[in-house]
Amino acid sequence: MASMEKDSVSGQMTTGHEWDGIKELNTPLPKWWVYVFWACVLWAIGYWVAMPAWPTPSGYTQGMLNYSSRANLDEEMKAQKAGRSQWVAKLQAATAEEIAKDKTLLNYALAGGKVAFGENCSACHGAGGVGVPGAYPRLADDEWIWGGTLADIEQTIKFGVRNAHPDSRQSEMLPFGTGDALAADQVSQLADYVLSLSSKTPAAGSPGEALFAERCAACHQEGGVGLKDLGAPALNNNIWLYKGGKDGIIAQMTKPKHGSMPAWTERLDAGTIKMLAVYVHSLGGGK
Amino acid sequence: MSTNTDATRYCEDVVKKFVLAAIFWGVVGFLAGDFIAWQLAFPALNLDLEWTTFGRLRPVHTSAVIFAFGGNILFATSLYVVQRTCRADLFGGAGLGGFIFWNFQALIVVAALTYVLGFSQGQEYAEPEWWVDLWLTVIWVAYLIAFAGTIMKRREPHIYVANWFFLAMILTVAMLHLGNNLAVPAGFFGGSWMKSYNLFGGVQNAMTQWWYGHNAVGFFLTAGFLGIMYYFVPKRAERPVYSYRLSIVHFWALIFLYIWAGPHHLHYTALPDWAQTLGATFSIMLWMPSWGGMINGLMTLSGAWDKLRTDPVMRFLVSSVAFYGMSTFEGPMMSLKAVNSLSHYTDWTVGHVHSGALGWVAFVSFGALYYLVPKLWGRKEVYSLKLVGVHFWIATIGIVLYITAMWISGIMQGLMWRAYDNLGFLQYSFIETVEAMHPYYVIRATGGLLFVLGALVMVYNFVKTIKGDVADEAMQPSTAGAR
Repeated sequence: MASMEKDSVSGQMTTGHEWDGIKELNTPLPKWWVYVFWACVLWAIGYWVAMPAWPTPSGYTQGMLNYSSRANLDEEMKAQKAGRSQWVAKLQAATAEEIAKDKTLLNYALAGGKVAFGENCSACHGAGGVGVPGAYPRLADDEWIWGGTLADIEQTIKFGVRNAHPDSRQSEMLPFGTGDALAADQVSQLADYVLSLSSKTPAAGSPGEALFAERCAACHQEGGVGLKDLGAPALNNNIWLYKGGKDGIIAQMTKPKHGSMPAWTERLDAGTIKMLAVYVHSLGGGK
Repeated sequence: MSTNTDATRYCEDVVKKFVLAAIFWGVVGFLAGDFIAWQLAFPALNLDLEWTTFGRLRPVHTSAVIFAFGGNILFATSLYVVQRTCRADLFGGAGLGGFIFWNFQALIVVAALTYVLGFSQGQEYAEPEWWVDLWLTVIWVAYLIAFAGTIMKRREPHIYVANWFFLAMILTVAMLHLGNNLAVPAGFFGGSWMKSYNLFGGVQNAMTQWWYGHNAVGFFLTAGFLGIMYYFVPKRAERPVYSYRLSIVHFWALIFLYIWAGPHHLHYTALPDWAQTLGATFSIMLWMPSWGGMINGLMTLSGAWDKLRTDPVMRFLVSSVAFYGMSTFEGPMMSLKAVNSLSHYTDWTVGHVHSGALGWVAFVSFGALYYLVPKLWGRKEVYSLKLVGVHFWIATIGIVLYITAMWISGIMQGLMWRAYDNLGFLQYSFIETVEAMHPYYVIRATGGLLFVLGALVMVYNFVKTIKGDVADEAMQPSTAGAR
């Protein structure tokens, strides 16, 4: 056990303890350290006086400022709502077409639609509606499965596609070449013909043309121009939702994929949906 | 086995095992962390496999660095320090030490496997399911017995300050572990025995979680590692501890105040305002008690400042204390509600944690390891002090890249989230903030890579040291004061 001794560097005494060669100086607490510590304690006490702080048997100390983060949030939400109320009223009253014609309302709807799109739609349709090849349709072009007018777009957003909502858009591509006795070579001929629709010279008079007229034209129409009322996509513009090329077309003919989209009327208010319709319409291909 | 003048034979084989395990798990944990950092920058690295997604690998990283690396470091250093500063060999001897060691290593492997296979309690830093928690409890009680038992049979009149901190860490972590893991296995209700549900729900669960989470930082990563600092800094500096009085006051202030600070993780949530106030105010009051440790660490160098220049091991130890001081200032500041409203949920928090984790915890651990390995294997010094210096600079540059990238991206992210346009709409969508952060994610991952490389340099140095090699003397910087 060491005895107390003076440290030659600092001039402080040691405590007289020693462990494995380690000694300790008996330096007093640094003054600034003590002062800052007490300043922090005083600040904390002041904070407790001002703000809700300590639990009591019947609740908690409310604090002199009567602060409540919940009440503040309510107020901010109310202020926000009040600030938007005139816009919301206008959006509710107008149709999407009327919104598109009113320059200030259009400006507002585009700004609000962009935000709502980023929060709700871009997860599937991509930022700016670029789509995801092979999975989700591109909204920034003029190819529309269910129609590209403001009213069509609003309808699609409201009720969605192939979901449980009674007003949802419904359509189903039937499987060919599995149960309907369409032979493999006929499937191949059909695919060749569908591919040729996008070229300048559709394969007129080919066996595929006859098969197409018999099996496909009811929905996809003669020449593959598509039918928006049925959600039958155009096949003559070289835009493919799933996979292009002969393989992709055969895959969709024999084992069709069906995407779906939620009915947003269950989640968003009518004004927001109109803003979304106007925004999507503006992305590049609105009709 | 080394002996001291009293011919006390210390139990050092188990310390050696913990040292080797710490080095191994350190490299594993750093690699896992850097891999998930690259995943954030390039999501394709999730590899489209459920086992390698960010969500499953993230707890592998955090558990590996905190509990596998940090835990083994704490076992190694505390069991080394307690024997020497008590002049008593380990209570329970190699048998109890080996029990703790092998069970703890097996538990780490099992916990990591359960994460990768998709089992999780969903409690941050406490992901293992209930049966792993029970196993850890047994190990921890064995550790308490070994540590406290050694203190009980000490041949010194007083208990050294490092041991106060180690003991506070052991006791509080036991309490936190039991409190936060109060869970009911779903098997009792016809569900899976691999799944459990926490006894608390909603905001009470969140509050328990952050009472645990913040004090895991406070007691595991702060109190425990202050214990390391209190032994290895005066030893390496060969100077007396700056102030015994400060060590007493800051110890008790730290212990009393830390336990209240958890609610600052839940500002502006469903947590009642009064609890948020207490979390913020106790965090502010915690500032000086935290800095007491920094002052005692730094000022112990008075009279030996030249060692910063000549001894890279000292540089690790002193820089760790400086990083500790920086993070324990940043922490209270971020606990203020006004600051927190910007920083919360952003990368700023991630940067803050890593300035503490890389700068403080890892650096003080590296310093202790560079001291311990030559001592334990009976070498005069590590193979190459020059390589220690290389490790120091690579790792320091890595940390600086990491935390500055996270400051910038975190503050940018917070500002983008709260930006409104002139019509009152949010200016940015979430994906736009993610796109804006991409370059900083790349910088962060690069910083992490440097940190990993530094650790590999350390591994090489230790392999050579343990083999007994000594680098060409001309390569060594001056080692004035080397024992």
